Amino acid sequence: MATATSFPVTLPTAIPVREILPWAIFGGLMLALGIYFVGVEEGAAAVFNSAYVHEFVHDGRHLLGFPCH
Amino acid sequence: MTGRLLLRGMLAGLVAALLSFGFLKLAGESSVERAIAFETAADAAKAKASAEEAAAKGQPAPVAAVETELVSRPVQAGVGLLTGVVVYSTAFGGLFALAFALCFRRMADLGPRATSAVLAALGFVAVYAAPMLKYPANPPSVGLAETIGMRTSLYFALILISLAVIIAAGMLRIRLLPRLGAWNAALIAAGVYVAVMIGISLALPDVNEVPEEFPATVLWQFRVASLGGQAIMWATLGLLFGVLAERLMAPHGARA
Ligand SMILES: [Zn+2]
Repeated sequence: MATATSFPVTLPTAIPVREILPWAIFGGLMLALGIYFVGVEEGAAAVFNSAYVHEFVHDGRHLLGFPCH
Repeated sequence: MTGRLLLRGMLAGLVAALLSFGFLKLAGESSVERAIAFETAADAAKAKASAEEAAAKGQPAPVAAVETELVSRPVQAGVGLLTGVVVYSTAFGGLFALAFALCFRRMADLGPRATSAVLAALGFVAVYAAPMLKYPANPPSVGLAETIGMRTSLYFALILISLAVIIAAGMLRIRLLPRLGAWNAALIAAGVYVAVMIGISLALPDVNEVPEEFPATVLWQFRVASLGGQAIMWATLGLLFGVLAERLMAPHGARA
């Protein structure tokens, strides 16, 4: 009985952590800014132009699950 | 490699955002509009009541504070919603790529596509599903202005706790793996995550600010739409990024 031919599948190796780390800082900052923009930005403690940003992304904020008014 | 993965994560996040936006527009916007209609009617009733009260006392009617609309409703429900979803999803796409880079071949002996799919399912549970069971999404007019700071802190705290607990559970699974085997190690890790999250959710303060007469169907439709939008976003991210990552990582001419 002929055995099924199988090709050796070699997976790529894990990516070294020291290669990921610098990008992780960049990615973390980017994420924090994005989430802030959509989820927190509003009136009093605003970084961007306060109420405008808040109202502009308001529907997204509610539908994405962030607390609001 | 990490930089190129990051780029692909953001690209997958962008595509996920477009699909999610399409769904939210179709399934979510009607409940947002109805919630706003409820709010407007409630405000009008309140203004009428205070005017009548003033008239009964023989005072001039109070001047109602006119809410200036900075951004029109069509813009909020269109480009505004799209922008919000795109920013959110692209940011998470980038972070997802970094999580993938860390987990690939460390979490399990899976290829890029399977690693990406598993990671996205876990991300959906940890970032959205588990926190929303305690603090569900609410349409406009549900939620008091005075408590917004506290509610935001609680919600973000629960997301961070949930992420920390799922990472700890994942590490526990790897430790149990040699002794208990793949199935039992995964079951115990999942059980630990669920048990810890139930305990934490019960311990955190409740938030219930739904107005007495708010229509229950609108609330339900809104929450289901929110859940669906997030599910579509994470599913697209996980499946699409897996394909992109596999193409990138496969040695030339040897696509596995
Ligand atoms: Zn709101």
